[in-house]
Amino acid sequence: MTSDLKSRPHDGALFPEHPVAGLAGASFKPQHLAAILDDPSPGVFFEVHAENYMGAGGPPHAALTRIRRDHALSLHGVCMSIGGQNPIDRDHLDRFAFLVARYQPALVSEHLAWSTHGDIYYNDLLPLPYTAATLARVCEHIDQVQEAISRPIMLENPSTYVLFEESEYAETDFIAEIVRRTGCALLLDVNNVFVSATNHGFSATDYLGAYPLEHVREIHLAGHDRQEDDEGSPLLIDSHDRPVADPVWALYDMVIRQCGPIPTLVEWDADIPDWPVLKAEAAAAQAILDHHAHNFMIGKRHAAIS
Amino acid sequence: MRRLADTVWPCDDFAAALRDPSRGQPANVTAAGGKATAKRFNVYRNNVAYSLGEALAANFPAVRALCGAERFAEAARLHIAEEPPTSPILFEYGHGFAGFLDRFPPARQQMPWLADVARLERAWLDAYHAADREPLSGEEIAAVPPEQLENLRLDPHPAFALVRSPFAVLDLFHAGRSGRPQTADPHGAHDLLVTRPALDVLVTKLRSGQFALLKSLASGGSLGEAAAAAFDEAEDFDLAAAMTVLLSSGAFSAIRLALPTD
Repeated sequence: MTSDLKSRPHDGALFPEHPVAGLAGASFKPQHLAAILDDPSPGVFFEVHAENYMGAGGPPHAALTRIRRDHALSLHGVCMSIGGQNPIDRDHLDRFAFLVARYQPALVSEHLAWSTHGDIYYNDLLPLPYTAATLARVCEHIDQVQEAISRPIMLENPSTYVLFEESEYAETDFIAEIVRRTGCALLLDVNNVFVSATNHGFSATDYLGAYPLEHVREIHLAGHDRQEDDEGSPLLIDSHDRPVADPVWALYDMVIRQCGPIPTLVEWDADIPDWPVLKAEAAAAQAILDHHAHNFMIGKRHAAIS
Repeated sequence: MRRLADTVWPCDDFAAALRDPSRGQPANVTAAGGKATAKRFNVYRNNVAYSLGEALAANFPAVRALCGAERFAEAARLHIAEEPPTSPILFEYGHGFAGFLDRFPPARQQMPWLADVARLERAWLDAYHAADREPLSGEEIAAVPPEQLENLRLDPHPAFALVRSPFAVLDLFHAGRSGRPQTADPHGAHDLLVTRPALDVLVTKLRSGQFALLKSLASGGSLGEAAAAAFDEAEDFDLAAAMTVLLSSGAFSAIRLALPTD
């Protein structure tokens, strides 16, 4: 299939460059295509999971080509297994690089997690301990990905439910060190911060205080489910199946106030609502971006004057 | 924190525990404040089991509708344990599912046609994701000098597939996918051609001899050889009607060889 992908001639024409700065976006779901075309939403960017477009042709590519013509695109890989013990799957990396070349996405990201081990693909974002050895391996994998696509990726912080006995780095230090060694940028998933903070009993604001915010180029927001752990305390699940929770909006507002308008994507991957619902979530993020963009500009001007 | 001597990675234990609930949680997994890890680790176990089951269900919606969500989940669980995905491209998952259903006693005994519905759904999904290519046109065939027609060889379109079943699998497929599984009647054998000339996948019911013709052509046979195979299979084979199906379905994408072979 890979060779088919490579040999397949495509339109040749470059897609227009759509800026993504200061914009909010939403997951692109094929069932929304007709609604999006009927109700053009200029200034919304769309994110797709790369793996869903790794077939040779057919309706998925036709839909993505149509979307990409009018919108900025974020290509979000969910199963490169960058945090895994196995070497990166060369075929998978080739397919990923092909998509980057074909669709010229404004944003490209992957996860600090693993999903393949041995020959088995587990289809979940699985956690890793933060040690010197895992740090070296993760950096090696990111170097390999960035070399293959000839540009930096943004690495997304995970949501986790367990910790590891052998971890010797705080997650924020681990991520900061990855950035330092590989030159990658960051995708800050604010919902993941809130989910992990709740699950492990730390303060989300402390986490953000230690996190290298200056390297964030995209933000993710999503809904989470609430279950209970063995002790009956809340255990939040990163479910992407409902609106963004209020405390996550509050954290997000705090980040944007501090960092300025960073492109922000609302994810929704299960129990997917009609397009207007998802569009309204993106609009809510856009309102926060616009509000702080204004203040941020004024702040900058004041700083320049004084 | 205790340093585990030379611990490089916990994936082996973690992965093994994901697949086998009887193993409990991996020894190096902890929770803040010395909390228990059973429910926490189960989130991962459930995510893996649920998401892979959903992936199989997404690839085989008619099979699921025909056998019911509960029975499908049980079959999926066993199939995933036996043959977990090896690729992160989940629309490729399930090439072994029809073979599993052939062997799976409840399906074999109560719904012997279910495996063939899975075969058709797998072919349908392969066609859906196949490379885009212009199908062979009538003009291209018409341009072949009549004396060379016998030697004509054709390249199958990337979406091309044939499915043969002693059951009425296309009716079952439609009943399952249209949400009316109770209307399904398995009686009647079907020879089917799966193609995707543009964006929509087509499933065409073939008439006598057409399956043999297309199978021979797709495996590199000349039109002469393919027609002979078709007449062998069905005395009433109609070559002109078969050529119409071949062209209108987009089964082939190019003329490979139209040279006389003498």
